[in-house]
Amino acid sequence: MVDSNLSFVRTEMLQGETPPLGERGIVRWIRLNMMATPVDAILTILAIFFLAWFIPPMINWLFVQASWSGADRAVCSTVAQGGVMPDGWSGACWAYVNANFDQFMYGRYQLDQHWRVNLVGILFVVLLVPLLIPKAPFKTANAIVFFFIFPIAAFFLLVGGWFGLPYIETATWGGLLVTLVLSFVGIAISLPLGIVLALGRRSKMPVIKMLCVIFIEMVRGIPLVTVLFMASYMLPLFLPPGVSFDKFLRALIGVSLFASAYMAEVVRGGLQAIPKGQYEGADSLGLSYWQKTGLIVLPQALKMVIPGIVNTFIGLFKDTSLVSIISMFDLLGTVRQHFNDANWASPQTPISGLIFAGFVFWIFCFGMSRYSIFMERRLDTGHKR
Amino acid sequence: MASQDITPVDSGSAKASLLNDPRIRGYIYQVVVLVVLVGLVYWVVNNTIANLQRAHLATGFGFLDGRSGFDISSHPFTQYSSDSTYIKALYVGILNTMLVAVAGIITATIIGFVIGVGRLSHNWLIRKLCTVYVEVFRNIPPLLVIFFWYSGVLAVLPQARQSIALPFNTFLNNRGFFFPVPVFGEGAWLAGAAFIIAIVGTFFIRRWAYKRQMATGQRFPILWTSLALIIGLPLLAFALKGFPVTPDWPVLGGFNIKGGSLVGPEFMSLYLALSFYTASFIAEIVRAGIRGVGKGQSEASHALGLRAGTTTRLVVVPQAMRIIIPPLTSQYLNLTKNSSLAVAVGYPDLFAVGGTILNQTGRSIEVVAIFITVYLSLSVLTSLFMNWFNAKMALVER
Repeated sequence: MVDSNLSFVRTEMLQGETPPLGERGIVRWIRLNMMATPVDAILTILAIFFLAWFIPPMINWLFVQASWSGADRAVCSTVAQGGVMPDGWSGACWAYVNANFDQFMYGRYQLDQHWRVNLVGILFVVLLVPLLIPKAPFKTANAIVFFFIFPIAAFFLLVGGWFGLPYIETATWGGLLVTLVLSFVGIAISLPLGIVLALGRRSKMPVIKMLCVIFIEMVRGIPLVTVLFMASYMLPLFLPPGVSFDKFLRALIGVSLFASAYMAEVVRGGLQAIPKGQYEGADSLGLSYWQKTGLIVLPQALKMVIPGIVNTFIGLFKDTSLVSIISMFDLLGTVRQHFNDANWASPQTPISGLIFAGFVFWIFCFGMSRYSIFMERRLDTGHKR
Repeated sequence: MASQDITPVDSGSAKASLLNDPRIRGYIYQVVVLVVLVGLVYWVVNNTIANLQRAHLATGFGFLDGRSGFDISSHPFTQYSSDSTYIKALYVGILNTMLVAVAGIITATIIGFVIGVGRLSHNWLIRKLCTVYVEVFRNIPPLLVIFFWYSGVLAVLPQARQSIALPFNTFLNNRGFFFPVPVFGEGAWLAGAAFIIAIVGTFFIRRWAYKRQMATGQRFPILWTSLALIIGLPLLAFALKGFPVTPDWPVLGGFNIKGGSLVGPEFMSLYLALSFYTASFIAEIVRAGIRGVGKGQSEASHALGLRAGTTTRLVVVPQAMRIIIPPLTSQYLNLTKNSSLAVAVGYPDLFAVGGTILNQTGRSIEVVAIFITVYLSLSVLTSLFMNWFNAKMALVER
């Protein structure tokens, strides 16, 4: 029987209503991410006030008011301070960075020989970039060239005295050049040395173990400046009379030994995390100690502690700035040296120079940490809990 | 037959070389290392003695009793003048190192915890701000941060005449930060004694209240009682003696500020830089610690009917602390060691004072030995304290 009283039967589905304004799009996002609770809302308002107070003056100081070029301090000082800017002016003095840029990069490295530094820099980038890209071919050859041939070539190029290149004293080096050379050599020495120390600390031979423990704990217990101090004041006392070390080399030794103690602890963490079964498996296969360590244990252990290793690299890179305390001039030291330059002394000079130096340091360290995160994800074989 | 040639030599036979025994090999390695090391030390000591004799340098710690002859700009807690001995100068240096380290540790912990919790906030804006803070400060050298404060911010503050007046009668100018200090009159010791008694009393009340709660389930309002005790008892003592305290206000007069107390720009820049720099690392540690506590823990706690605040206080924080404390210890040690960067801005810490002494006397070996001893002892002390704290917080298992 058909009920004919039914006046209307819907035959097609009704389209869904769009959600209310508060439940979609940007409004929903703001409600959920910035105004979820009253406390959240108050925090958001405070944060917005902070940003409004901080960002516009900063942009104004950094870019709008900044003086970008000029020959001396006049462009960075107000009339009252003996410059050309109107009284009450305040802005970044990029002209100072601009004028001294060469100094900040090369220090007092002989002017007509800067191409040598540039060449080393280009070689460094050309060799490093394919090494860092996982898909690039010829990894082994690339690594051998980068870690063995490049340092030798760089040494001859930078120091000179051979092949008709004029000899350049390391005392004249400065700026970013010193920072990069110190950190590269420090990294290249501290990683293998740290691995050896870590293995020594886990060794079953009491004498070797004790020596490694004493070295590691001693170095980790004292500040780097003390180590640098020792390297620069006491090393000459320890050597036979007449033998003298280059100051640069002394700083290099100090920095490398210091970083290797920290590296050793990072690597030890990885070694301890390898299950005992791996060692026993290697033993039961009849592998020798070095085969077991090199083929089974270290590849797993190092992979596990990549973040720690890169953190140590970053620490080392930042620590190279301390060599200015034993009167060597790295990037920070060179920038500071020029504060006293009568030609550029103005209230805005120090902070502009420091922001520039900080930015350069920041780019390198941030780059390293991002690359370590990328590598960690790539090497993750899914065995992690 | 050829097959008989490869029968294994039995291990007892004399044919197996002793060199292939891992134990014997181990001994040989160790003996070789020891011999090389002893030779090296002998060579170094010999060279050092020869060098010292050639340069007519005396050795020994006797020089420490001599008159130092240099002034130290900041020496709170102790009397010091250029007529004091070297050992007094070193003592002032150690005190200054400890002062900046303790102050820095407290501030860095507070900032670090706030930023670390902020990085886990549900609030997008707060989260991003905290991330920017961490990424900026983690990736620049501490020395640069010190100079930023010292020559970038504090050195360009106005002169004393145009001091910036801040709340609570404090002033800021390029000579530092001036603030009022209370001057205690006669009888103020009673308040100090009352304060100590109150703290000891609080400790015992807390123990008694805990025992009672364990036995009977009854709670005792510990927080209010102890607050009343710690604030009330010294106040009472003060009142008994007729408030023997007068504030020493800093007053702006002419070209300088008179009265009050002063924190110099050297200390301020070092303290601010160490706090801000280390805080970025502590923030990451705190974040990792809180993230390390499983989600099930807080869910179970909510299921039991605990409120959000109680869950954080009783369930999440105690477990997070177990993860946080060991790396936190090493950050404290780093801060203490980084305080040696004071030398760059001329704050007279141990390293700066020692450097001056070294330049005056040329006793490099002795001075470096003092450095190593003091910094190692500070490290050991901090580690011991944190290990004790760690053991207290550690998981108590069957």
